[in-house]
Amino acid sequence: MELYITELSKYLITLFIALYTLECFLVFRYREEEHRGGIYIRQNLLMFLVHFSCFLVICFETGKLEYLLFYVLQQILLFATVVLFRMIYPNGNRLVINNMCMLLSVGFVILSRLSYEKAIKQFFIVTVSIIIGMLIPYFIHKLKFLKSLTWVYAAVGIIALGIVLILGSVTYGSKISYSVAGITFQPSEFVKIIFVFFLASALYESHDFLHVVITAVVAGVHVLVLVASRDLGSALIFFIVYVMMVFIATGNWIYLFLGGAGGCGAAVLAYQFFTHVQVRVQAWRDPFSCIDDAGYQITQSLFAISSGGWFGMGLFRGTPGSIPFVEADFVFSAVAEELGIAFSMCVILICVSCFIMFMDISIRLQDGFYRLIAFGLGVTYIFQVFLTVGGGTKFIPMTGVTLPLVSYGGSSVLTTLVMFFIIEGLYIIKQEEGARRVRKKKRIRRTEQEAVRERKQAKETQ
Amino acid sequence: MAVTYLFVALFLGMMGYTCHYAVTHRQEMINNSYNGRQELLISQNTRGTIYAAGGQALAQTQTDADGKETRNYPYENLFAHVVGYASNGKFGIESSSNYYLINSNAKLADKVASDVAGAKYPGDSVVTTLDVGIQEVAYQSLGIYKGAIIVSEPSTGKIIAMVSKPDFNPNEIDAIWDDLIKDKESSVLLNRVTQGLYPPGSTFKIVTALEYIRENPETYNQYTYQCNGKFSLGEDSINCYHGSVHGYEDFSKSFAKSCNSSFANIGVSLDRAKFGATLNDLLFNQELQVSFAYNQSKLAIDGSTSDSDVIQASIGQGTTQITPLHVNMITSAIANKGVLMKPYLVDYVKNNENAIVKQFHPDTYKKLMSEEEAAALNGLMQEVVTSGTGTKLSGLSYTAAGKTGSAEYNSDKSQSHAWFTGFAPAENPEVCVTVIIEGAGSGGDFAVPIAKRIFNEYFGL
Repeated sequence: MELYITELSKYLITLFIALYTLECFLVFRYREEEHRGGIYIRQNLLMFLVHFSCFLVICFETGKLEYLLFYVLQQILLFATVVLFRMIYPNGNRLVINNMCMLLSVGFVILSRLSYEKAIKQFFIVTVSIIIGMLIPYFIHKLKFLKSLTWVYAAVGIIALGIVLILGSVTYGSKISYSVAGITFQPSEFVKIIFVFFLASALYESHDFLHVVITAVVAGVHVLVLVASRDLGSALIFFIVYVMMVFIATGNWIYLFLGGAGGCGAAVLAYQFFTHVQVRVQAWRDPFSCIDDAGYQITQSLFAISSGGWFGMGLFRGTPGSIPFVEADFVFSAVAEELGIAFSMCVILICVSCFIMFMDISIRLQDGFYRLIAFGLGVTYIFQVFLTVGGGTKFIPMTGVTLPLVSYGGSSVLTTLVMFFIIEGLYIIKQEEGARRVRKKKRIRRTEQEAVRERKQAKETQ
Repeated sequence: MAVTYLFVALFLGMMGYTCHYAVTHRQEMINNSYNGRQELLISQNTRGTIYAAGGQALAQTQTDADGKETRNYPYENLFAHVVGYASNGKFGIESSSNYYLINSNAKLADKVASDVAGAKYPGDSVVTTLDVGIQEVAYQSLGIYKGAIIVSEPSTGKIIAMVSKPDFNPNEIDAIWDDLIKDKESSVLLNRVTQGLYPPGSTFKIVTALEYIRENPETYNQYTYQCNGKFSLGEDSINCYHGSVHGYEDFSKSFAKSCNSSFANIGVSLDRAKFGATLNDLLFNQELQVSFAYNQSKLAIDGSTSDSDVIQASIGQGTTQITPLHVNMITSAIANKGVLMKPYLVDYVKNNENAIVKQFHPDTYKKLMSEEEAAALNGLMQEVVTSGTGTKLSGLSYTAAGKTGSAEYNSDKSQSHAWFTGFAPAENPEVCVTVIIEGAGSGGDFAVPIAKRIFNEYFGL
């Protein structure tokens, strides 16, 4: 009996998420949010169906009722998020919120399957983060002085990373976290946002050569501190974000090429000087030659990805637990194994859909500061997705970063939620800019009409 | 916007790569011993059966009342190497088809029924190309000798029989494993057909003859030689087998009588760079595209090879090493108008209800030589049977063609491995047989009669 449910649900779950993903891209057929209402409603329904069917399978496979209760709590949280957001911010972007909830629910499903305790912990962090996050669009909108805190951002970022370097506990070859009152923080996650704010505020008004050099120095310090902490994945993200933001702020292709060349040079140097970089490159080029040590994680990840086929082994029917740190760095492989390659491709496409929406919002913002922030956060987000998925599938060397919103990890999920809500704030600003423009146009038209009328009256009186 | 397009392109590339990798590497990944999913499949599915082409079970899993499984080999030693064993690291078809055997494509309803009964799902079965009757004849003919026999179909590449001796009983593999491992002398576990490296002896004259024909396509038939039982060049000299003196001979007679002196004479006349290229064409010193464990044949000739080495190589002695499989592949290419078909052992995979899960089709491996070259060699090999060293195969209802060999393998010239490789019927070859008997003596006396028994069995005589 369970077998029928597992087998049938495999195809249904894939169908539901494929339809959801399709809607993610159909959204872009319409320029304005008011025409997209039907799509969002269908997405909400499909989200529910994916989430529900996955937990139905989990309950059948485990026979444990606590999963059912847990599911109800998740469903309440996600439903409340979608509804409350719409009530509080009627001008908000619903694709971003829907995708956020979809990715969170995929995360809940796979974490519940991998470790019930960790899933519960993650659920609480997500709940708190969403409550905090709901306030963010309001503050982004109101706090005009955010533009002028350039050097505060730089200082906070470097100090936070510096403290980790000095105090941080060594976790698996890289010093990336510290604990306060039992809660472990990974500051490089939060500093990503602060860093984008720094670059946006430094570059939005003036992007002459001097500004580029000054920001290069600050960005360089960030990257070097991260390299010293051996957190190469984050260092790479900061570097790419810097190059991309300078390119977009100046519109100058030379900076992009210089950045690319500099990056290649740095990569070669890093390969020469750090043995752990050499080990990772070796593990990427031929993981099977060092399957006992450096290649173990990546080969286990490849085993997982290739075992599921298009529709997956079914939840609880694979062995994703054999990948070390599967909940954080290799959650994508676990998804691919149990829910299938097709499902995991949909997850990637949902991430890409978020990115395209971020870029769209960025382009349509008038204000240079906000425009750069939307762009910077978009690049930060998508590049991190690229690093984690590419690393787990041997497309690129492994860097050990999380899949935003899906992976286990408090700092990661909080940071990503904050990013998404900042984008919402920017979207609301964009909507108001648009409304102001319309009002302004109307005002101009009105004064012109009045002038014509006055002239007519003047003629008549003559 | 450029950045958006850049990332979207990057992601499309990554997705394409991931899908392709996952789908094409599935089997390889499951077979990796570091992959715990193999254990998962083994715990879910009963290992499938390996069948002969005629439907006889060659390896099957039996489950007793307590659910304890044993792998049973009804023919015991007969298929020991080719079917192999499923424990102690796995070997043979048990290893190469492991992926199919541990998977189950049983119908959903059957799986549910198994769930209800508390049993494992029935695993998929593998139907091989092996023929029990031919395998038995080949096995019996080799008797107590060490050696190897392979029988194949030149037009498809199907392997019909594969025997290696000394052998073992795979039913007892766990009990005898330690002794077999310790015994370095007779290497019982080695599949001599695919892994045994032997000096090819005079069977290699096929290759020398091919190279001579290639270099002298118009005039090779005008070749003449006066054999006085010995060929000397500088300080190097070789003798004909057991001191025979062949007298006046042309190209065909040199081949049919397997005259060492004449072939040494031919060998030194060859362009060594071209000879080397022909060896590469014939898959020497290369990895083979086969799904079973094998060793690479070794012989390299280039412009710098000395006269002495070329003389030895031309008659299949010296440092040359070849597997019976490789000899059989070259022979079947001659039989198949120059085209080598990829040798294979598994015909198809089926589920518990005999529905085909995967069908393997004959596949061209490579064209080893032109049709004319193949026809010329075919003619030479027929002459071996009618008037040369293989006359024990003459006067039958079918015409056979082949080449014998008596390969010396140590300083004692009286001892040699007996070789025969050939096919029948010569005009339209259906079956190709390669035999080696270690230390038996001359190929014509010992290997040819075995080939004859196999041909007779194949043609139902």
